[in-house]
Amino acid sequence: MDKISRRHFLKAASAAAATPAISAAARTRTAEAPPAPHSQAYTFLNPQESSFLVAATERLIPKDELGPGATDAGVTYFIDRQLGGAWGAGERLYRSGPFREGTPSQGYQLPFTPAELFRRAIRAINTEIASRNAAFARMSAQDQDAYLTSLSKEKRDLDGVPSNVFFESLLEVTIEGYFSDPAYGGNRDMAAWEMIGFPGAYAEYYDLVGINQPYRRKPLSLAENGRGRVHLMSMPMSTLPKKAR
Amino acid sequence: MARKLKEVDCVMCGFGMVGAILSRELLKAGVEIVALERGEPRSTVPDFQGPAMHDELRYSVRKALMMDAAKETFTFRNQASETALPIRRLQGFLPGTGVGGSMVHWNGQTYRFPDFELRMRTMASQRYGADFLGPEYTFQDWGVSAGDMEPYYDRFEYLLGVAGKAGNIKGEKVEGGNPFEDPRAREYPTKPMKEPYGSQVFRKAAASLGYHPFPQPSSNMSEPYTNPEGVRLETCMFCGFCERYGCEHYAKSSPQTILLPVILGARGFTLKTGCRVLRVNLDSGGKRAVSVTYADASGEEIEQPAKLVIIGMFALNNVHLALLSRIGTPYDPRTGHGVTGRNYCYQTTAGVNVFYGPDHHVNPFMRSGANGTVIADFVGGNFDHSRAGFLGGAYIGEIMTNGRPIEFHPTPPGTPSWGAEWKRAVVAHYAHTSNLNVSGSSIAVRQNYLDLDPTYRNTWGQPLLRMTFDFPDNDIKLSAFCTAKAVEIGKAMGGQQVTGSPRKKPYTTTVYQSTHNTGGTVMGSDPSVSLVNPWLQVWDVHNVFIIGASNFQQNAAYNPTGTVGALAYRAADALVNRYLKNPGPLVSA
Repeated sequence: MDKISRRHFLKAASAAAATPAISAAARTRTAEAPPAPHSQAYTFLNPQESSFLVAATERLIPKDELGPGATDAGVTYFIDRQLGGAWGAGERLYRSGPFREGTPSQGYQLPFTPAELFRRAIRAINTEIASRNAAFARMSAQDQDAYLTSLSKEKRDLDGVPSNVFFESLLEVTIEGYFSDPAYGGNRDMAAWEMIGFPGAYAEYYDLVGINQPYRRKPLSLAENGRGRVHLMSMPMSTLPKKAR
Repeated sequence: MARKLKEVDCVMCGFGMVGAILSRELLKAGVEIVALERGEPRSTVPDFQGPAMHDELRYSVRKALMMDAAKETFTFRNQASETALPIRRLQGFLPGTGVGGSMVHWNGQTYRFPDFELRMRTMASQRYGADFLGPEYTFQDWGVSAGDMEPYYDRFEYLLGVAGKAGNIKGEKVEGGNPFEDPRAREYPTKPMKEPYGSQVFRKAAASLGYHPFPQPSSNMSEPYTNPEGVRLETCMFCGFCERYGCEHYAKSSPQTILLPVILGARGFTLKTGCRVLRVNLDSGGKRAVSVTYADASGEEIEQPAKLVIIGMFALNNVHLALLSRIGTPYDPRTGHGVTGRNYCYQTTAGVNVFYGPDHHVNPFMRSGANGTVIADFVGGNFDHSRAGFLGGAYIGEIMTNGRPIEFHPTPPGTPSWGAEWKRAVVAHYAHTSNLNVSGSSIAVRQNYLDLDPTYRNTWGQPLLRMTFDFPDNDIKLSAFCTAKAVEIGKAMGGQQVTGSPRKKPYTTTVYQSTHNTGGTVMGSDPSVSLVNPWLQVWDVHNVFIIGASNFQQNAAYNPTGTVGALAYRAADALVNRYLKNPGPLVSA
């Protein structure tokens, strides 16, 4: 057998390239390392909106002994960037009318982009709570949970947005922010991935397949390209037949 | 007035797997081809490379490789009595776009359809009587048998380098393969994939119950492979980013990794991307295609005359283009007459979660798109339906594909969907849960069909395709029966808690189930119930061939790509060896 499998080649290549400065062991975060600065700011949400979202997402995913809550994970910064970006503006969303109420099988039928939906619903929520001389962020955790539950169970009108539709959108985007790559602003320090044991953006597990054992390697983010395994060649010539070269 | 180009021998509508296979075969026969693809050009390098490809948010959740629903989508309703509304956001199924089509983001699960599925009307009648299900069920024979298809399945599997274990070579049973399969000429081109831990547990449990587990046939590579075209694939690394992603490793069979190197740049071949085919233009008698009209990326309408038109797009889009081009008589569910849009079927999927304690490390992220172990004991004609009261069946397997956590974080029933208790359950079960697939067949019924929507339009001003579909009662029974069998296996696997979710009505577009949309340009020997003949040539328009899962008279339990590939090679055979020599109907109606 003169064929060298890709796996063995890559192992050899990575061993040759490994220096103490970039080895996985040396890159492992140590207790002495200073925390990375969080240079984050809201570029879409106004203070009333971010105040609601910080408090609400923390109830959806609260901080506890297992891992960070949504706030510490940076979920509201994730939501801010998503709403202010292409997704918030209706990327990949069919937006032609007429708009009609459909059956549950027919899915989302509102005319709002995600940015419009969040803005309208949160404004209505803040107005509703302000009319009781309260603010969501200052309510007790128990009252916050009861309020969120009422949003999820009812279809009350939040300035054109049924409250259950808003709640489902909020829960979805919160889970996205919690578990997506930190490059998007949430899942800060990959703490949510570490909590469940998801390794992130690694490209191979071939040797470990079929073995009943825990996986304990530190996760990898898209932002840490240097630790990832990237192709060394732009187009391996071996994949091309001679006549196409 | 569209700008008119010079006539070419053949225009290929869509450049995914079907377009690539047909282009290769016709180019070898000296046919000049223009291929029109609505999406972008895509290559393994740079488009599929890590680490950027390993981004669940971008590719799974925001659906970066899929059809852009802002430009075009489908309308949907469960019943003809409802008003269809647009699927505004793709969720339930995910047609791809761009060079390579949906075979860029597929998983690579590569099966052959059994004879029982291809000749269902005849075989079911022989076994259970002609009236077993009743007149509203419109399933048919396809006009081909497993024996007719074998050489083409073989050719397609060797093109892809499918990893698997034969169960029946020329009538001889082979230990370790699928004992129910129809005879195949030879062993799979490559050895089976490594068996993940959860699949090992499934294998033992299924065998202990008397079933016949075998490795799922996979077009992710178990070893390096050079196909008959001279193109080389590499070993799959089990990265857990397969379905909905392009493969960075050259380890998943896609047009990019099996055929494009010998097509792109070949003499006589022109690929135009960003070109959306709007219609096929027929002559005044409607008996021959003269050209296609497409909009290029700038929006300009262009007419491309051609001697031969091949439609090889996503199944639903094949039907859409046929309807827009007035090819065939549109199907009418009230009378049961007409063929274009007939026998739309889907896939009746269900799942079983096997929740283990902390000592079983399933590690769901160490998976490939097609791996693991399945049983076919409840597929198609492999068991007696007379007491079960339904036709069809399901394969059951531990064939998990990933542990990407936005979409995969299983919790036992009764767990709240948010808050501290939800978080505890996610942490406890993430790495310690096996999911069993129950992939059920989908039978054709009179009231499920496709036509043009009267209200909603795409960005080019054309009516959207309208889908009218709900699960037939037959398939609801099927799902309940097969999911119960899967739950028994899950219990034998040692799960602390085993929960089955058989498919229920109504079908909803809001939850991903499967991208296996089939039918609408169905094939057969009887032109009153098929749009194309058994060689996939339109009965009434001899120089138009329509190829894809839209040819299926009903959908089998197994994944469709193997059958689409075999059908493509079979049509290519007829085109090259018969049609080009004497253009005209290959079968007299």
